[in-house]
Amino acid sequence: MSELMPVILALTILIGGVAGAAVLTWFERRLLGVWQDRYGPNRLGPFGVGQVAADMIKLLFKDDWVPPFADKLVFIFAPTAIVVAMMMGFAVVPFAPGMMIIDVNIGLLFFLGMTSLAVYSVLLGGLASNNKYALLGGLRSAAQMVSYEVFMGLSLIGVVMMSGSFSLVDIVEAQTDVWFCFSQILGLFVFIIAGIAESHRLPFDLPEAEHELTAGFHTEYGGMKFAMFMLGEYLGLMLISCMIVTLFFGGWHGPMLIGHWLPPFFWFSFKVFVVICFFVLLRAAIPRPRYDQLMSLGWKVMLPITLVNIVVTGAVLLWMEGAA
Amino acid sequence: MLEIVFFYIAATVALMATVMAMTRPNAIHALIYLIVSLLAVAVIFFLIGAPFAAALEIVIYAGAIMVLFVFVIMMLNLGEKGNKQERQWLQPSIWAGPAILSAILLIELILVISQTNGPVSVAAVSAKQVGLSLFGPYVLAVEIASMLLLAGLVGSFHLGRRYLDRDNLEKQGGQ
Repeated sequence: MSELMPVILALTILIGGVAGAAVLTWFERRLLGVWQDRYGPNRLGPFGVGQVAADMIKLLFKDDWVPPFADKLVFIFAPTAIVVAMMMGFAVVPFAPGMMIIDVNIGLLFFLGMTSLAVYSVLLGGLASNNKYALLGGLRSAAQMVSYEVFMGLSLIGVVMMSGSFSLVDIVEAQTDVWFCFSQILGLFVFIIAGIAESHRLPFDLPEAEHELTAGFHTEYGGMKFAMFMLGEYLGLMLISCMIVTLFFGGWHGPMLIGHWLPPFFWFSFKVFVVICFFVLLRAAIPRPRYDQLMSLGWKVMLPITLVNIVVTGAVLLWMEGAA
Repeated sequence: MLEIVFFYIAATVALMATVMAMTRPNAIHALIYLIVSLLAVAVIFFLIGAPFAAALEIVIYAGAIMVLFVFVIMMLNLGEKGNKQERQWLQPSIWAGPAILSAILLIELILVISQTNGPVSVAAVSAKQVGLSLFGPYVLAVEIASMLLLAGLVGSFHLGRRYLDRDNLEKQGGQ
């Protein structure tokens, strides 16, 4: 059983990830409707959940068209890259004690590596389309994602310092008593913002800002290739939510007194659900910043905050070591 | 045993991808092959017991430096003209000389390797060990590298700033 566990889990994530992303498209629109005082898709089936099937059928039966002026191979390769990279990222997520695909001692770096590879999808998609809007979207995404990767990595150094390991299981174990969202509040703040920028979702969806770039890097994409981009985006959203829960909200640990009432996997998935709802709320509530505002926010606000966080965390850790 | 098989698969992929990266006339295709080659090298690092180096290879080389390469090529927008130029540069008369020289080096390398026996690395090197040696015996090298990076940062800031000032002056002149 224990040897088969990673294989079964990998298949579950593969199928569950795709299904989850499909349901999320509907769920997000309904939730946006609630927060923006309108209905959202509510016609098909109970609560409109049939909309998922309708969208899937529509996407599947669309003509799988490659523009004649595009770089054909790169055009087809681009949307697969983001899905593969995001799926690989799930390999190190600890869902519950013993319930993960691999526990490597570089788990956190593996996650960062996979998110950084996902950049290529947007970049190459924009470039291969041979379209000025797509190219502009690709250029923006390159600058945005490379910069926010820096803050994302730096914001996690405090967590690594406190737990003394890159292994995600060790990080979750280190939060048995107190979650890192209290001691690493600055790191959490930066990581959430960098996470939205990395998965290029509203309010930071400048690579595809529709009012100025039509649809940005995926202007020329349609049918299932477009669906792959969307799948990658929703997988990215789920992966970032899983990582926020794992790194800052105690992973599978429940809240102090009532933690043992329910199984660890429930607590993990419940927390991930709450974080996803929070991301949808951000999308509903915050307008999109201008491109230069986004970049100056990164380098003038995020970078100093992460550096202060690292210095203070290091100082406190050394001071506590001296006091003990 | 399985590790050896994986090693040879990764090494073959790395070699083939590198050759393709050198011979593609289209700059973007060449870069994608180079990224694949870097990923294959990361797998090799992982197999010979350096997981930290493998992760850094992916995060820094494949994930950041190559993105900037693609970024620059997007800015240049070479297109078909660039491909034609590349094809011209790939004439045998140009690559024959370096190829002979590197063949000599390859023979030398094979001779050296055939004389050593046994695995080069035995134990996996953890991230902690890397950190301790970087900030222990090699701290001077780390400091020098950081100063070099700072100099590069200040230099590029200076170059970019001059252009910004000029643009502002032109704007004021226009008004």
